[in-house]
Amino acid sequence: MLDPGPLLPPPSGLLAELTHRCPLGCPYCSNPLALEPKSVELDTLAWVRVMHEASALGVLHVHLSGGEPAARRDLEEIVRAASGAGLYTNLITSGIGLTPVRLDALKEAGLDHIQISVQDAEQGSADRIAGYAGAFRRKQKLAADVVARCFPLTVNAVIHRANIGRVADIVELALEMGAGRIEIAHAQYYGWALKNRAALMPSRAQVEVAVAEVERLRAVHRGRIVIDSVAPDYHARYPKPCMGGWGRRSLNVTPAGRALPCHAAESIPGLDFWSVAEHSLEDIWRHSPAFNAFRGEAWMREPCRSCERRGQDFGGCRCQAFLLTGDARAADPVCHLSPNHERVAALAAVGEDEPYLHRA
Amino acid sequence: MSVDTIIFAEGKPRLARGVRLRHSEAQGGWVLLAPERIFECDAVAAEVLKRCTGEASFGQIVDDLATIYDAPREQIAGDVEALLASLAEKRLVEVSDA
Repeated sequence: MLDPGPLLPPPSGLLAELTHRCPLGCPYCSNPLALEPKSVELDTLAWVRVMHEASALGVLHVHLSGGEPAARRDLEEIVRAASGAGLYTNLITSGIGLTPVRLDALKEAGLDHIQISVQDAEQGSADRIAGYAGAFRRKQKLAADVVARCFPLTVNAVIHRANIGRVADIVELALEMGAGRIEIAHAQYYGWALKNRAALMPSRAQVEVAVAEVERLRAVHRGRIVIDSVAPDYHARYPKPCMGGWGRRSLNVTPAGRALPCHAAESIPGLDFWSVAEHSLEDIWRHSPAFNAFRGEAWMREPCRSCERRGQDFGGCRCQAFLLTGDARAADPVCHLSPNHERVAALAAVGEDEPYLHRA
Repeated sequence: MSVDTIIFAEGKPRLARGVRLRHSEAQGGWVLLAPERIFECDAVAAEVLKRCTGEASFGQIVDDLATIYDAPREQIAGDVEALLASLAEKRLVEVSDA
């Protein structure tokens, strides 16, 4: 499928990884193990052009992420360009590196929404996970500054072995911070999280309690805070419809400008990723070999090829299939129909209180 | 700001903080944008939401639409209330008390 033809729907989301630099060292960071240095980062003009191309292509949401996007001094200028192009702008931040002055400038530049990560509801544990003393308090302070400026706030909490017992406390913390929405995101095992998997993996019993807890909290807090969750897929029966399907809904641009179908796509060897420095976003969306690699169903093997759920979950995650089976076309082994499922079940059962390898 | 307040004709609905209504040529119509969420609006929903600015009351919006669509006021009121109640529960719309 070299040219998907005129019927290919446009993407609705763009994840703009402005930089891989970050003051925190979370052991589940979704950035690749080989972080891109500042010297290869796209410049301001390139990002401004990407924002305009994204809007023209049909993108509605842009998520300004990293690393810590505030590490870039031109963040405000990039936001202004994105907002001016009509995009809904969401800043995904650790909370470290933003000041009241910068928040004012971001407001003025048209920023729509801010998402702050929290590592835990308990200060000591939160700072230990972040690998940064004082992070917890600085995030609280920033949240107050964000809410005072009438930005809508989402709190994102990655859930794993060290904090899975405090999901209710984390939701309570998000309410105290003034968030209108919280993401309870069970760790997904790619990049640094894969490296730290044994230390992060909760037990099945813990997962079951946490999943039930989220349902209870949704009912308790209905109308006060929206609780979205990312499922702990190693403990699931069916795989997640990763990214809503490969190259179907969104794209990701790395700090150096490579366009990926998802943030972990570079872990699959042999894919040809195009750069926004050499191709327009539309050209990439339609013609980049990496984006076309797993579109449609022709690439699928059994049991996906004849599975009645193939249009629902698209065989699960291509990166996970490769990372756990060595074959990116295989069924995501999280699926109980995968011949490799037992290996996932075995990995999901391994949890050891070993020290984290913090990201660089 | 509870869902219940919508039943008061004087309540003034508006898009919640961080929610935007926009038209996208490439996406083929009106969309309501919120953090991580996109709601495709049909033509009628878009007409309702364009009026949710915090200025017009629920009653005024219904009157306006009943005129435009030349439809019974009761029916429009029911449709608008159902739409706004569902969006209010998702925190996409807020309704002031008066």
